[in-house]
Amino acid sequence: MSDGRDRVLARVRRALADVPRGERPGDVPVDRSYRRAHGERTAEETVALLAANLAEYRAVVHRTAQDGLPGLLRTLLARRGAASVLVPAGLPAHWTAAVDARRVDDLAASTARELEAVDSVVTGCAVAVAETGTLVLDGGPAQGRRRISLLPDHHVCVVRVPDQVVASVPEALERLDPRRPLTWISGPSATSDIELERVEGVHGPRTLEVVLLEVSGTPDAATHGGG
Amino acid sequence: MRVALFVTCVNDTLYPRTGRAVVRLLERLGVEVGFPAEQSCCGQPQYNTGYRREAEPLVRRFDRAFAGYEYVVTPSGSCAAMVRDAYPRIGAEAAAEGRGTEAAEAAARAVPRTYELTEFLVDVLGVTDVGACFPHTVTYHPTCHGLRALGLGDRPRRLLSRVRGLQLRELDGAEECCGFGGTFAVKNPDVSAAMGADKARAVEATGAEAVCAVDNSCLAHIGGVLARRGSRVRAVHLAEILAATEEEPHG
Amino acid sequence: MSGTQPGTPAFPEAARDAVRDGTLRGNLRHATRTIRGKRARAVAELDDWAELRAAGKAIKDRTLRHLDHYLVRLERSVTAAGGTVHWAADAAEANRIVTGLVKATGEREVVKVKSMATQEIGLNEALEAEGVRAYETDLAELIVQLGRDRPSHTLVPAIHRNRGEIRDVFAREMAAWGRPAPDGLTDRPADLAEAARLHLREKFLRAGVGISGANFMVAETGTLVVVESEGNGRMCLTLPETLISVVGIEKVVPTWRDLEVFLQLLPRSSTAERMNPYTTMWTGTADGDGPRAFHLVLLDNGRTDTLADEVGRQALRCIRCSACLNVCPVYERAGGHAYGSVYPGPIGAILSPQLRGTGSAVDASLPYASSLCGACTDVCPVAIDFPEVLIHLRERVVQGGEATRNGVRVRLRPAKGHAAERAAMRAARWALDHPAALRAGQRLVSRTRRLHPARLPGPGRAWTDARELPEVPPEPFRDWWRRTRGDAR
Repeated sequence: MSDGRDRVLARVRRALADVPRGERPGDVPVDRSYRRAHGERTAEETVALLAANLAEYRAVVHRTAQDGLPGLLRTLLARRGAASVLVPAGLPAHWTAAVDARRVDDLAASTARELEAVDSVVTGCAVAVAETGTLVLDGGPAQGRRRISLLPDHHVCVVRVPDQVVASVPEALERLDPRRPLTWISGPSATSDIELERVEGVHGPRTLEVVLLEVSGTPDAATHGGG
Repeated sequence: MRVALFVTCVNDTLYPRTGRAVVRLLERLGVEVGFPAEQSCCGQPQYNTGYRREAEPLVRRFDRAFAGYEYVVTPSGSCAAMVRDAYPRIGAEAAAEGRGTEAAEAAARAVPRTYELTEFLVDVLGVTDVGACFPHTVTYHPTCHGLRALGLGDRPRRLLSRVRGLQLRELDGAEECCGFGGTFAVKNPDVSAAMGADKARAVEATGAEAVCAVDNSCLAHIGGVLARRGSRVRAVHLAEILAATEEEPHG
Repeated sequence: MSGTQPGTPAFPEAARDAVRDGTLRGNLRHATRTIRGKRARAVAELDDWAELRAAGKAIKDRTLRHLDHYLVRLERSVTAAGGTVHWAADAAEANRIVTGLVKATGEREVVKVKSMATQEIGLNEALEAEGVRAYETDLAELIVQLGRDRPSHTLVPAIHRNRGEIRDVFAREMAAWGRPAPDGLTDRPADLAEAARLHLREKFLRAGVGISGANFMVAETGTLVVVESEGNGRMCLTLPETLISVVGIEKVVPTWRDLEVFLQLLPRSSTAERMNPYTTMWTGTADGDGPRAFHLVLLDNGRTDTLADEVGRQALRCIRCSACLNVCPVYERAGGHAYGSVYPGPIGAILSPQLRGTGSAVDASLPYASSLCGACTDVCPVAIDFPEVLIHLRERVVQGGEATRNGVRVRLRPAKGHAAERAAMRAARWALDHPAALRAGQRLVSRTRRLHPARLPGPGRAWTDARELPEVPPEPFRDWWRRTRGDAR
């Protein structure tokens, strides 16, 4: 193992014989004059852009205030005919208080086969990117393990707006912690591998519903841990 | 203003009428044109095929031939691009390989004075109406070196738009290579011919009487494919259109 | 690279059949033009594309010039996060490492995310030889694997196949690999995708080992990034107990922040989307989420030889978006297989002859598989100057010279088969540098013009097979000038 390491590193160093000995990585200039975000928007306009871009990638977008959330989630699951719903450990309890579907907890001991048999999953998210229509999950309390938003065929993701919404990819990366496992989701699973014809839903959830949860002011106790 | 014509080896041997058109056009615009006989080939065929060392003496020759001229004007986008892009590289490599700085110095003198014809007309002379008359339908193929290496942009089209009687037809897929590519045409004959056939079909679909460009080498390929297809569309260098007047309709 | 398959034809010969295959031409034309148009629209949405592209190029150049520094940093970060780093100088070493790791788990099968690096080293074949079955899980790679075919495009590897052919492959082959195709499978893409979903689902659910490549590795944090669309990547990266990622050493980027550039450049250049459906980022192992063991195999396999070439080095900036394929007029006519490697199109033409050397017929022909039109450079998100590298490699083919092979500095001899051309170029150089001789030659051509045949023999046939020759004029320009203006300058 160390033999391969020494060999590769020695080759790299020989290959770079033209690089002056005193040059440090920072001496190679990187001009970052690209934008932090594209266009000027109010917080509300940024949320509207997120909704539009999510919809363009065939996610189904809903908007609700705090008090409407339990009813909306019940409706979405009932409309889908979901008999069971997978729930991360830290999902605020009142979110799913009204659902009829059987709650299945995300446990370390659960097998992929068991989780795959669940009809729907409800999660929160860490951050949403308006310019690209992207949701990012970082395994926080309301999001659970990566596999739970993958195996059920129906994913409902709740985004607190406007505070979880950023305009751009650079702004999203600033908010994220690289030490956490991250999943970036932009619309349902898709392929264009056959004659470039787009087909939604190959291995990931075939239906992605996004609930934009309007939270006024600072995040309150009700949504604590929603991130 | 001392202006030299760099006619290029292809035009010199096969398309002298293009060279004559440039002379007539520039003289009509009041430019005194010289033609130094020491000029030869820019070295592009050698360089692009991998024979950089064989191109090196031609860099020095170019510099010698055009010494004393303020401007060198050439009716070839790809030869102008050769001077501008490749000469400094050839010079730098010659120096790096221990053959002195002569080629690099020659390149440094050649680059700033060398202009493709439409650049010279629009940027140096500041004209777009050159007093031409060409009462035909024409489509324009922007050659790759003109388009991407030189960045000629809309200069050729601006010049064409001021030619009396000329009707410009849009060419579908205009920015796609015609498939000439120098020795590519003979090293990859099947792909080159397929590209040429597609370009010829696009040209024919415009219904134009003529296809024009700033490079006779590309036009030799496009025109050769058109002729083999029995097409009546003519391939004409842009300079010949710009040189044409009511009195001298053939440029 | 593990070298060229023996008997791989040179590019012009391989392209000849493709050019005449009307179905293939139609498929490629449709595909490349569709993605090309979409990409242009996606890129036009960002008014700072030029700045992003310049930053992408600069970050990669910084990384490459200090690759040793960043690789050591990456190793430290990955190790600190619970991963194990292995180093492989060539394909054989990488295959030995991966096979050993798989066998140590006791598993006899692995699920794979689409990965150019593992195709490059022939990992599936190496695993097969050790009794381990590798399942490709990307839809296109599945089509290729079941059809015993080869990928022909970086982004859409089965683009040379139409829906009818894919239906037939699924109906015929799926049973031998696992769950058979449903009865009465139609050729609708949605039905074919559903058949793949069902076929692969059971493999994902029982898989003990996942194998992937990576789009980026962050030296600062030890984070690996895989971008994808279907979710097969997420399955392979999160469900198995063991994850093995085989990644070329050039895929490292210095910092977390650098991803802000590449996550904007890559999706728009590749699938022409604002963002691809799924991106997975992981740093070592995480408690209770995903694989318990993570192995990173850093692959050289010709990359350091490429790095040693100051001109050719820029090919290592490539982020495998495939935008260059979609604008390339040569790729569009010749198809991906003609390039004789897993890297087709313009990037293949400059990368394969560097990774593998220019010794084989196909590798010596690849630098010439371009009309130097430069469309690839225009769209490249990391601004690789393709014509510059192509011409540089042509020189290596015909003139020979210094190069690095397997880490050793060697002096290459000019490739065989160019002797006549070399002599002609020398003769031309002499004539072109002696205008009197040139003029005599021109006159000879002019005076004998009535005798010129319309179709040339020998090498000239390559021209006259498809096009007419230009008519030779009675008088070269320089004679006209002299006749009408005299010798005055």
